[in-house]
Amino acid sequence: MSRTLRGTTAIAGVGETTYYKRGQSPDAEFKLALMAILAACEDAGISPKEVDGFASFSNDRSDPSRLANALGCHDLRFSNMQWGGGGGGGSAAIAHAAASVTTGLAECVVVFRALAQGQFGRFGQGPRSNVVSGGGAFTIPYGLMSPAQSFAMKVMRFMHEHGVGRSALRAISLASYHHAQNNPRAVMHGRPLDAEKYDASRWIVEPFRLFDCCLENDGAAAMVVVPAERAKDFPHPPAYVLSAVTGSHYRAGASVHNTPDYATSNFKTCVPRLYDMAGCKPDDVDVLQCYENFTGGVLMSMVEHGFVEPEECNEFLTKENLIAPSGKLPTNTSGGNLAECYMHGLELNIEAVRQIRGTSPNQVDDVDVSLVVSGPMVTPVSSSIFGSEATL
Amino acid sequence: MSDAYLKAGLPKPAPAPDGLDAPYWEAVAEERLVMQHCQDCGAWQWGPEWICHRCHSQNLAFDDVPLIGRIYSYERVWHPVHPALNEQGPYIIVLVEFPDHDGARMVGNLLGDPRQDVEIGGRVQAVFEHHQDDDPAHTLVHWEVI
Repeated sequence: MSRTLRGTTAIAGVGETTYYKRGQSPDAEFKLALMAILAACEDAGISPKEVDGFASFSNDRSDPSRLANALGCHDLRFSNMQWGGGGGGGSAAIAHAAASVTTGLAECVVVFRALAQGQFGRFGQGPRSNVVSGGGAFTIPYGLMSPAQSFAMKVMRFMHEHGVGRSALRAISLASYHHAQNNPRAVMHGRPLDAEKYDASRWIVEPFRLFDCCLENDGAAAMVVVPAERAKDFPHPPAYVLSAVTGSHYRAGASVHNTPDYATSNFKTCVPRLYDMAGCKPDDVDVLQCYENFTGGVLMSMVEHGFVEPEECNEFLTKENLIAPSGKLPTNTSGGNLAECYMHGLELNIEAVRQIRGTSPNQVDDVDVSLVVSGPMVTPVSSSIFGSEATL
Repeated sequence: MSDAYLKAGLPKPAPAPDGLDAPYWEAVAEERLVMQHCQDCGAWQWGPEWICHRCHSQNLAFDDVPLIGRIYSYERVWHPVHPALNEQGPYIIVLVEFPDHDGARMVGNLLGDPRQDVEIGGRVQAVFEHHQDDDPAHTLVHWEVI
């Protein structure tokens, strides 16, 4: 089939650094990037000098030419940055890497994200300038300036429109923390969360309590994208890219909260393309990794990816339904952004690959189709679907 | 001024250096509320942009809108993300919709008890908070339930 990414590339290797609490990395951000890339190459059994492309997102500071220099890459053929902030570009970077490999622009592309918030500052803080102009002049002076504040407004409207209660948000948080307890890499490993502790936690901005909000971390993650015809040359079972798409709907970028279809995670136009390319439907998805900047983004993303109707969220979103291996839709099985590490969601793509390989700390049985939602509520957003060999 | 809704110290709004939103800041100083209004197709839009999103005309005016809107969404902020708000306590931000102006929306604070119940869909009236002796001079627009 022409003009598709379905099954044309595979993830041959994945790598992560140790995940640290914000500010606790002993290594500089660029070194973290190198360590994750080296780990991914080792996992794939390839020399880092064979890497000929880099793709990232959210204005990652680790420049591909410097990476290629440090790694001694023979030939840098592809260097790519997805515009847009937050984690909306995680699966988009995979789409771009897969597209470059599919079309022959490159042969071995690393998708990566490195983040040292201790070295470079935090996302969750307001601006420190004295004066603001442009779109921010209409929001920041009213105390609306952080990501949590920007997105709580959308989630409040969504919950109002569809009668969704806060127990749905709580279930998402409890599932992530539950999974992190089995994952020694997780920053919140050994820090379990129960409903009482969640309910007693402080408000950040209604409807989000503390445990509805992602972590802030230092670390790096990387994935190696290769042509499908080479996929079996590597040590691990390949996770094929079945689909990866990015975008956002009509006027999603309208300033001062003026997007006409407002109470959305911004996936409504992406999702039909996602499933069309993959040739599957929501019922075929065995396990979900769904980016938790805030639990409300997971809520809306699950609806927009076809896993639950808006009016059924209160019944469907329970901890029991979201945990591996027995839940109806095991979600964020590494602990995700809430409890494993906030690596801008790329750790979710890696966990999706682990589920295909059968090596997750919270493994779901017989995973063939593994879906990732990247960065809900920002624009552009992206999603990806990985498949086992059986799906080809 | 002494009766500002939020404590002093947040970034102050200034007209954009490119001049795009200057008529808005002039209007609110006079206790008028304006939005961009396409003089060719009639579309209303906010925030400001150089062309009409519907017909792409450059012929946009800043025309008056009523000082009454409807709460489209809201949030009660508890955690301060700026040092100026460390002693603030909770405060409410509302997203106010103008249903007769293509559903365009503006952001402001909801005056009154910060712990009050907020009704999405409730009618609110604009209240102007002037800081015209400040540098830069500016006026904020808040809302109160009517």
